[in-house]
Amino acid sequence: MSDSSHKSKTAKKIIAGLFVACALGTLLDLLFLSDSFDKHAAFEWENWPGFYAVYGFVACVLLVLVSKYILRPLVMRDEDYYE
Amino acid sequence: MNNPLPPQLIILIGGLLIPLFKGKLRLAYMLALPIFAFFNYLKLEEGVYWTYSLLSFDLILGRVDKLSLIFLNVFIVLTVIAVIYNSHVKGKMEHFSGFLYAGSAMGVILAGDLITFFIFWELLTVGAAFLILVRKSPRSLGAATRYLLVHVAGGLVLLAGIVLYINENGSADFGHIGLGGVSSYFIFFGFGINCAWPIVHSWLSDTYPESTPGGVVFMATFTTKAAIYALLRGFPGEPSLIWIGVGMATFPIFYAVIENDLRKVLAYSLINQVGFMVVGIGIGTGLSMNGSAAHVYSDVLFKGLLFMSVGAVMHQTGKVKATELGGLFRSMPFTGTCCIIGAASISAFPLFSGFVSKSMIMASAAEGNFPIVWLALLFASAGVFHHAGIKIPFFAFFSHDSGIRVKEAPINMRIAMGITAVGCIAIGIFPDQTIYPLLPFEAPVYEPYTLAHVMGQSLLLLFSALAFTLLLLAGIYPAEIRAINIDSDWIYRKGGKAFYAVIDKSFNGINALAHKSLIAGATNSLCQMAKEGPTRAMILVLTPIWEISGVSAEQQVDLKKNLRNHVENGVFPIGITAFLSVVLLGILFFF
Repeated sequence: MSDSSHKSKTAKKIIAGLFVACALGTLLDLLFLSDSFDKHAAFEWENWPGFYAVYGFVACVLLVLVSKYILRPLVMRDEDYYE
Repeated sequence: MNNPLPPQLIILIGGLLIPLFKGKLRLAYMLALPIFAFFNYLKLEEGVYWTYSLLSFDLILGRVDKLSLIFLNVFIVLTVIAVIYNSHVKGKMEHFSGFLYAGSAMGVILAGDLITFFIFWELLTVGAAFLILVRKSPRSLGAATRYLLVHVAGGLVLLAGIVLYINENGSADFGHIGLGGVSSYFIFFGFGINCAWPIVHSWLSDTYPESTPGGVVFMATFTTKAAIYALLRGFPGEPSLIWIGVGMATFPIFYAVIENDLRKVLAYSLINQVGFMVVGIGIGTGLSMNGSAAHVYSDVLFKGLLFMSVGAVMHQTGKVKATELGGLFRSMPFTGTCCIIGAASISAFPLFSGFVSKSMIMASAAEGNFPIVWLALLFASAGVFHHAGIKIPFFAFFSHDSGIRVKEAPINMRIAMGITAVGCIAIGIFPDQTIYPLLPFEAPVYEPYTLAHVMGQSLLLLFSALAFTLLLLAGIYPAEIRAINIDSDWIYRKGGKAFYAVIDKSFNGINALAHKSLIAGATNSLCQMAKEGPTRAMILVLTPIWEISGVSAEQQVDLKKNLRNHVENGVFPIGITAFLSVVLLGILFFF
């Protein structure tokens, strides 16, 4: 998986763009939406600054770790397991 | 009403005639059928159409209301798209199966009573099984058999429920059922099998990836969405559906992350999306059920688009596993772009269809104050972006260069994908003009484009993407491995073999034992006894007599030999015969 396309210029640009977007998004969230702006939040935690960012990040890391280290060892079999 | 014709019969009966046409004429005919059906759909107004009588029941082929209309609409639209996508296929059987399947699904949607409903419901299974069979590989034969087994079992559960229900209520009318009597549980579970509820879901992830590239476009649409329709009609607001839906929305994403077959990844994400719809039905408010119906419409398009783009890759390269693909964007930029649009829609990016429809369900979970459900669905939203939104386009079109150089997909596939992609974006940008007028239930208009909502969803997706990128760069992201992952279909796939082995060992064991003990053992000893018994008995009686009368041992051996000969040949000296006769008479006299 570690190969040319990751290291290609376009890939680097995309990754850099993603970092910038994440930073900008967080900044916007903190600046405009934390206090003065009414979010019509249904739950209290939606008002916490950076809630969606942290939740999205943690959810995906957990998803990958659980899939890789718990589910895969339990369920993975050879491709011809059922043949 | 100016007498519209039943759309489902246009597709079903029209489909029977497909083999009569060839080449361009066949394509024109196959396109004309769903378009003609759509014109008849436009003529439909709310009410009851096309009644008939069967076994003293008055049955209804067309019960038309806003709920059936939105499903009918999306089913016909998808049929047009799938016909275009599939038009390069030469085999008549695949086209015919597609029409059988699509027509049955429309029949399910329009059925006004449970008997009509059941007939089309079963035809649906047959159509789908044919669509798997037409791939003509040993694996697809096995998959089609398993598909039939599961759905026939599910159909029997449903039939039992329907028979009980008609018996309890004296009416076959298909309206609100609600969980109550025994019959309703059977019907509920019968719907649930087609809806791919957890544990009974594996027919879907097991068999859809064995279908043809075009067949799976039909399959991703009809069976599960018809079940969603049935639940919306029969069990709106049933609370257990909320948790069933949460289960469906969450567990498949773990499987999707480690799955290597890209169409199987999509099959798991299909279950995940249907989970959102089921939650919406369970919450049971106007907004939530409108959300389910809207999400059906979006999902048919974006999941169709994803399956079509992966199918196009499969059609061009003959490969569908993440380990064998990669770097195809330069060869197939149009397909790649469509795949990304489908991925953005399923991930609910602002301006794409999922953002509008999925948010209605999320908002209704918040409105109904279901915090855990809401958090679980948010987790599922991040997860679906992770596995369907990023993984599918990334491993097919980017990632490492697989070295495969192919042409772009055929023109018919590109047209079908293009139309669908436009649909995904149109729903996302213009919900008021597209999806909202079709929504079946009374509810305040939902406004997805608030600043807070756009911000929240964007942050969720951006940081999910960040997690993917960092995990990939750190080498933690699970490498794609050529392997399969066992799921609950293991129960009947291995269980079936175990059952066979147990039955084989036990019944054939009993057989062998019976042979050994009865045929070879008992019969033989009986034979031996009949042969030897009298001799032995006589020797037993005579030996003491010989001993008393002083016959020597050698003489005794001779005598025994003589006796044996006599008995075996059945001849005795007259003296012995007379003696034995007297003994017998004596026994008879005294007892």
